[in-house]
Amino acid sequence: MLVVMKNQSWPHSLIFDKQHLLHRLYTLQQQDRHISAETIVRVAGEFNLPVSQVASVVDFYSFFYRKPVGRYHMLLSNCTSCGYQAGKTDLLKMLCRSLNVDPGVTRADGLVSISETSCIGMCDHGASMLINGIPLVGLDETKVTRIAGLVEQQLTLCQWPQDWFQITRSIRQSGMLLNNTGSSGNSLTKALSAGPGRTLDMIEHSGLRGRGGAGFSAGKKWRLCREATGDAHYVVCNADEGEPGTFKDRVLLQCHAGALFEGMTICALVIGARKGYLYLRGEYRYLLAHLQEALELHYSNNLLGCSILGHAGFDFDIEIVVGAGAYICGEESALIESLEGKPGVPRIRPPFPVTHGYLGQPTAVNNVETFIAAAYIVTHGSDNFRMAGTEQSTGSKILSVSGDCRNPGIYEYAFGVSIQEILDDCGADNVQAVQIGGPAGTLVAHRDFRRRISFEGVSTGGSFLVFGENRDLLTVNQNFARFFAHESCGFCTPCRVGTRLMEGSLQKIVDGRAVAADIEEIKRLSSLIMRYSHCGLGHTAANHMLDSLRQFPGLFEKRIMQQAFSPQIDLEAALETARQITHRDDADAHLD
Amino acid sequence: MAERKLKIATTSLAGCFGCHMSFLDIDEKLMLLNDRIEFNRSPLTDIKQCSPSDIGLIEGGVCNADNVRVLREFRANCTILIAVGACAITGGVPAMRNYFDLRECLEEVYLNGTGVTNPQIPSDTELPLLLDKVYPVQEVVKIDYFLPGCPPSADAFLQLLVPQLDGQKPQLAADQLHYD
Amino acid sequence: MTNEANKAIDANSITIDGETVPFDAGQTIMDAALAVKIYIPHLCHYPGLTPAGNCRLCMVEANGKSVAACVTQAQSGQQVSSNTPELNAARLSITQMLFVEGNHICPSCEKSGNCRLQAMGYYLGMLEEHFHQFNPRREIDASHSTVLLDRDRCILCDLCVRASRDVDKKNVFAIAGRGIHARLIVNTASGKLGDSNIEAKDLAAKICPVGAILIRERSFDSPVAERIYDRQSISDTAMTEHVPRKEDDRG
Ligand SMILES: Cc1cc2nc3c(=O)[nH]c(=O)nc-3n(C[C@H](O)[C@H](O)[C@H](O)COP(=O)(O)O)c2cc1C
Ligand code: SF4
Ligand code: SF4
Ligand code: SF4
Repeated sequence: MLVVMKNQSWPHSLIFDKQHLLHRLYTLQQQDRHISAETIVRVAGEFNLPVSQVASVVDFYSFFYRKPVGRYHMLLSNCTSCGYQAGKTDLLKMLCRSLNVDPGVTRADGLVSISETSCIGMCDHGASMLINGIPLVGLDETKVTRIAGLVEQQLTLCQWPQDWFQITRSIRQSGMLLNNTGSSGNSLTKALSAGPGRTLDMIEHSGLRGRGGAGFSAGKKWRLCREATGDAHYVVCNADEGEPGTFKDRVLLQCHAGALFEGMTICALVIGARKGYLYLRGEYRYLLAHLQEALELHYSNNLLGCSILGHAGFDFDIEIVVGAGAYICGEESALIESLEGKPGVPRIRPPFPVTHGYLGQPTAVNNVETFIAAAYIVTHGSDNFRMAGTEQSTGSKILSVSGDCRNPGIYEYAFGVSIQEILDDCGADNVQAVQIGGPAGTLVAHRDFRRRISFEGVSTGGSFLVFGENRDLLTVNQNFARFFAHESCGFCTPCRVGTRLMEGSLQKIVDGRAVAADIEEIKRLSSLIMRYSHCGLGHTAANHMLDSLRQFPGLFEKRIMQQAFSPQIDLEAALETARQITHRDDADAHLD
Repeated sequence: MAERKLKIATTSLAGCFGCHMSFLDIDEKLMLLNDRIEFNRSPLTDIKQCSPSDIGLIEGGVCNADNVRVLREFRANCTILIAVGACAITGGVPAMRNYFDLRECLEEVYLNGTGVTNPQIPSDTELPLLLDKVYPVQEVVKIDYFLPGCPPSADAFLQLLVPQLDGQKPQLAADQLHYD
Repeated sequence: MTNEANKAIDANSITIDGETVPFDAGQTIMDAALAVKIYIPHLCHYPGLTPAGNCRLCMVEANGKSVAACVTQAQSGQQVSSNTPELNAARLSITQMLFVEGNHICPSCEKSGNCRLQAMGYYLGMLEEHFHQFNPRREIDASHSTVLLDRDRCILCDLCVRASRDVDKKNVFAIAGRGIHARLIVNTASGKLGDSNIEAKDLAAKICPVGAILIRERSFDSPVAERIYDRQSISDTAMTEHVPRKEDDRG
């Protein structure tokens, strides 16, 4: 149980609620710095689960380790904005060299281990890492050298310069949601006096669409869920925020947790739920204490718990479940699997979560921002909300802007804002392209900067990556391809195998070993992955390739050889091992 | 009418000559073919250098630098290059070493294996240098047709070659398609 | 035919490649197809087990949308295309992906001739594996006296997992690991098959489409030319596959 028990109104059964499997594994890993085979057997016993289920969970999530990690365990983000290659130097290599350790291998003395990890949502803070789970931002060469020294001296993190861990809430432009600091309980009071039916009408009338990316109508989702029959209904907040370049949910969780919990509670009122979960990505575990505090406050103000705000029979509890490093768990059905203590493999849809979600029961899954917008709508009315935005995209959108610009941070705009306007605001000059919606989204080239952000225009869950004219977009593609290959859950063939093949094909182009036929092959592979995969990850995994090929064909043509065929492999490199073993360097020991 | 004979070159790279044996298995039909084809570089002749040919048959995968050179020589000289047999097409049995690092393989064979006397990894410049893996031929050069099988049957060879005598595209009958 | 009669047919039928196919409520496109002996290629589906939808060979176009036939409910009036050059080309690529991600050396494999992956290659006219070989390094488990697990050939179809869990009621297997690191694991403390209660007669030991789970000491027991796919196509054998029915057990 994560929430500290204080409030007497808490339902008794919850006190004895079993700890979540992911949390138990995390706790044990904290003690041993890994999860051993014995631990797996022990946890399986504790939870009365098959050993294989616990083992498959441990093996699925990036942040569970079968072998001990170092006492200083550093995970460097590999995002294009907060990644170790965002600047000129490869900081991962540098750090590894300074500490005399290979990436992914714990140093023999057990002191340190260094790996890379998918975007940690620090894109407005420059190159960043998680050190023992805590974000350390603004990495550069000097800092890396100093870090190596501090690690060797074995100083505890509280003895390190504290400004390294300072996370600023770089809210650059506020709109209706970010400005809204209305007193807590306001929206819930209104919802309760309006009653569930009229509250739902309000949400529907507002035209609110999901802010997590797909843009499904929130009102319709809630209605479907409310109408679905089941033993229990559940509210789930998707705070997995895994799309590289997105960090607006982190800021919302930091600054607007109260509004979020109210939004979830309003949803509970509408759909008739007594239990809600906040699924927090493992990368944001350091927010847990703050979120628990915010939850506690809600309990003590009777905004959660039993008979909320004195309404007998309206009971609702929220529990936080922390993930363990898996982008796919942002996909709603994979998230639910993870909530149920399983690997995050997306389910077959239909049936959708609104009818068959958590534990097979009707479940409304929404993004953090969606719930906060819902709370806003209930307070300020749906007409007020509709005044902002466009016909099909009402209200505002909170963007996470990062990359090649002077003022990265959080920007809230009414839907319909043009890309150029955003670029002007964030201080981005000489931009060649913007990746909107993250690697799974859309690449927009300079000539299309008049296009607008909206569901009917360029749609985004919040990620807005700016690429200046000096960026090599091909390395961006390479970064994205590696991301999808790393994050594919492995369930279905086209995505599991295809994303790996894509990585290889791109490498061939980057190495300058490719020919025109390889480009055709990439297009074919892209369409295979996108058309025949099981879930949204595969369906979008090659967007970035096709976008680049369409809009920047020169990028590829420049690197390909003018011949009909080239070997799949680098033959000269394929002889290197043998040359080393035999110490040969004669002419016959080389090809080409 | 004195037709020009089709020139065929063949070679075995990392293979076992089984495909060549199977090819010879076409028995008396080989005599028929003999009027229409002649062999260039091939283990069946003693020609050491491939000169321009109509068809090249490649048995075996690519396991060393020498294989790469021979394969390139064939590609440069043959109008149509055909990968014959499981080893050429997938690496086959020799590719079982691909599950290990080259270093592990060599150390096991020449240093640590049972019955090794005078342990040392050969490094003579006369020896072809090994590639890190055994590769299918199509990863190294462009291949025009594939004839799977371990080995392909004599009939399969005929189905492959006969249409080409008349400039037709070969088509393997479904019952001849097998990977073993 | 009267309008009413037409409607009645529409109400419980779909078309597959232009052919009208009836279905019962709750049936998938795959169920409906198999019932009238229309073959839609598949490897991870086995009638009688809950479908999984992971191999993606049964991808069809249903009303213009690409869906997996084994997990998509048939819906009145649905127009399905399956046997098209485009879909078969995609299936060929998917089959090739399955080959290159594992270690498939058919000439040295006990399953050769009786292997459904191989047979799929034959059915789709696969001459070569097209993609770069992954050459993974995977563990062999020879700890059990009668059942051998050679992960090199596992295509992660999940059939053994479902068979063991739902039919044998032993839950011996699971798939663990993410992405390309996905692998079959054994549900024992040691992770070894020898410590499990699997038996050679179990469905899980027999259902593997490839040579990943093998019954020991039965190797090469039918001579070449007399093995299943020496004589039949996978499109024929697929019509007779079904997990043993309860009645069969009694009888
Ligand atoms: C691969 C993948 C990753 C996703 N990641 C997230 C995420 O991090 N946060 C999120 O809110 N939605 C994510 N989604 C979308 C969710 O599946 C779902 O649509 C969303 O949570 C619904 O909430 P909304 O309607 O409020 O946007 C993801 C979808 C896919 C396919
Ligand atoms: S598309 Fe990728 S992430 Fe989605 S189910 Fe398939 S393998 Fe998993
Ligand atoms: S499992 Fe099938 S495809 Fe794989 S090697 Fe064996 S026979 Fe060939
Ligand atoms: S062992 Fe066989 S049945 Fe089991 S998942 Fe692998 S291929 Fe499928």
